[in-house]
Amino acid sequence: MKPRFLTGLLSLLMPAMVLAGEYDLTVDRVKIDTGDFVKEGIGYNGASPGPVMRFKEGENVRINVTNNLDEMTSIHWHGLILPFNQDGVPGISFPGIKPGETFTYEFPIQQAGTYWFHSHSGFQEPDGAYGAIVIEPEGREPFRYDREYVVQLTDKHPHSGDRIMRNLKMMPDYYNREQQTVGEFFSDASKNGLMNTIRDRMAWGDMRMMKADVEDLQGFTGLINGKGPEQNWTGLFEPGERIRLRFINSSATTYFDIRIPGLDMTVVQADGNNVQPVNVDEFRIGVAETYDVIVHPKDEQAYTIFAESMGRSGYARATLAPEKGMEAAVPQLREPARLTMADMGGMPGMDHGSMAGMDHGNMDMDSSEDMSGMDHSSMEGMDHSNMDSMDHSNMEGMDHGSMAMGKGGQSDPFYAKGSGLVPTAANGGKFLSYADLKAQDPLYEDREPTREIELRLTGNMERYIWSINGVKYEDADPIRLKYGERVRFKFVNETMMTHPMHLHGMWSILDVGADQWNPIKHTVSVQPGTTVYMETEVDAPGQWAFHCHLSYHAAAGMFRKVIVEGGPDSTQAKTDVIAEDGGEA
Amino acid sequence: MSCIRSLVAVSFLASIGVSTAVTAQEMISDTTARKQPLTTWGVQFEEFEYRYSDDDEELGVWDADAFYGTDELKLRWISKGEYSLEERAYESLENQLVGQIPISKFFDAKAGVRFDTPEGPDRTYAVLGVAGLAPQWFEIDANLYVSKDGDTSAELDAEYELLLTNYWILSATLDATVAFSEDREIGIGKGLVSTETGLRLRYDLIDRAFSPYVGVVHERKYGDSADFAEADGGSTADWFAVIGARIAL
Repeated sequence: MKPRFLTGLLSLLMPAMVLAGEYDLTVDRVKIDTGDFVKEGIGYNGASPGPVMRFKEGENVRINVTNNLDEMTSIHWHGLILPFNQDGVPGISFPGIKPGETFTYEFPIQQAGTYWFHSHSGFQEPDGAYGAIVIEPEGREPFRYDREYVVQLTDKHPHSGDRIMRNLKMMPDYYNREQQTVGEFFSDASKNGLMNTIRDRMAWGDMRMMKADVEDLQGFTGLINGKGPEQNWTGLFEPGERIRLRFINSSATTYFDIRIPGLDMTVVQADGNNVQPVNVDEFRIGVAETYDVIVHPKDEQAYTIFAESMGRSGYARATLAPEKGMEAAVPQLREPARLTMADMGGMPGMDHGSMAGMDHGNMDMDSSEDMSGMDHSSMEGMDHSNMDSMDHSNMEGMDHGSMAMGKGGQSDPFYAKGSGLVPTAANGGKFLSYADLKAQDPLYEDREPTREIELRLTGNMERYIWSINGVKYEDADPIRLKYGERVRFKFVNETMMTHPMHLHGMWSILDVGADQWNPIKHTVSVQPGTTVYMETEVDAPGQWAFHCHLSYHAAAGMFRKVIVEGGPDSTQAKTDVIAEDGGEA
Repeated sequence: MSCIRSLVAVSFLASIGVSTAVTAQEMISDTTARKQPLTTWGVQFEEFEYRYSDDDEELGVWDADAFYGTDELKLRWISKGEYSLEERAYESLENQLVGQIPISKFFDAKAGVRFDTPEGPDRTYAVLGVAGLAPQWFEIDANLYVSKDGDTSAELDAEYELLLTNYWILSATLDATVAFSEDREIGIGKGLVSTETGLRLRYDLIDRAFSPYVGVVHERKYGDSADFAEADGGSTADWFAVIGARIAL
């Protein structure tokens, strides 16, 4: 307590020591060439993605943003802790940047790690207005690497964001080309039995829900650092080097499952905050999340960075190689993901009891399709006809280990039990779960939350309406928080889609059951049919955006304004801040 | 360490005089488009086709609609027509202008007016209808019409799509009209008036924007309506081969 107080005081006396950096960004109309198609888009300094902004922790940055578009623009610094009027959300932080105008952002850099920036105006971000932020820490990194690359992903679509939104409003399945067909009916029938398959289709038809409703937007080309799979962005290395890869998912709507066949990945950071290292074979990156991993290629060979979309409709690909031009095999896409009844579990008004009893046989069959690591030969010994009558409790009691599943397992506490979205590693190995993330260095002392706020994630796929607690942003009152409180947010996903929830301005401490070691994030993915908790230390006065980071969900209404009331005023700031922070820390 | 880090940063802020205080005036209110109801629009031709009947009759047929509005209220213009290529005349021509509001998760209510201006007598109706998605993926559009003279009729439209693949789609349609009173002048008898059933195989060539199709359509008249048609020298049952395209803009 005491040393911290002193450090605080010390820093008050030495403002002159602070670094200051000035940066310029222009917002421009650009050409985007994915290798599959060329389109008009929006970029920064003449390109999309924009430049990697490199800051230093402790630096005071001035960023002059010049709008060369003929429409309003804005830049949001995703994950950065800053005064609210620098956060770049039009209508909440500031009015926006008019065509031809230059707006100067000015804020201190109080953190380190991998982040990104993007426009918060209209659909400029899906149209290409995004870039990466890398902040060098003041102190030493708790891990070692010889070289680093930003690996920024996006789902570039030939259509503009406006067009995509309109198409989704007109026909919510406009882009879905992974729907169940007559052919799939017959293959399911031969696998699971005709009656089971009919019952399964009837159950989904009754709900008017599609098992294939995993991705709103298909038909995109996955880009890594602006390069399509054919253009193959390549990062060079020398065998034996440790490479830090800063993965950023800047997609409009696409979750990616990322692996580098032949290399173990050590996850060292999530959403800019260091985590206790965890070795994985594959991980899923939600929209707007970042993960830093370290790989250690020892051989003189190329490795493919393969990022497969969660619904398996597309992929991004890049290469790590000792020399330019070398490349490794590109894996095939796995089978399209299918939702199960478990993913519908959060929907209100459904008879959960009868759901469970309804077609349990099918449910298990569905999820078994995803169990790539499973030993099918031993499965065949199971009597399928009996599975129908299987009791739920028996299912839960099944020994997953004995089913010869990979160590990643088919269970992840952040997915509904039996969910069709539970990821498995392609090589049968370890797939990262939120449950594996433990803070390296907690930012806040663990304390009891002062209150809980329940946010039901709601929607209507047929109308393409997305909302929170059944209310769209246009009709919603702001969420009011009090400075100094610690709020526990309870997300209940009542939809069948995954929502990456992003609170601006304050950290989201994701409850993974690790108490003070809970990871600190800026974007929290909530899977269908699940409830996820996060806690926020309300330490940033002002008003902030809080929304689903799927661009089209946010625009359809899954968005809120958060107002933080109270806080230190200008004259009392120094003493209050010290008293507050010092008192609590 | 990080606790210290954030504290340093905060106090740094204070020390250089950047105010962390927030007053009501600084908190602007959101007047951006995001805070407004999302307006959207669309134009669709569910049918835009050439029909060739077993009596060598040739027709140009469309069934189109255009909408503009929000989730809460849409204005929809529905246009349907059958143009005889030999007689160079509209066998039927119907335009509706309706307002549409959601009434349940999957259904909308519609109310408005319908103008029929084919070759021959015109009619104006008030329209009241529901449209939406029924369980098991049946697209339903049911309407009640009341003419200026008080003649009432009802029409049910149902469509089911079978995905042979994700690009080859077979759609089955049924359109049935029932009249609750006779309107002899336009050949409508009381009771079941007519049905039109169709089967169309389409291929999504450009997204879902342009999907050419081929198909068959069967039109049939019943009861008094059939008798009126016969008396007027028309046919009571027709088979058509159709070729056309589904268009969505």
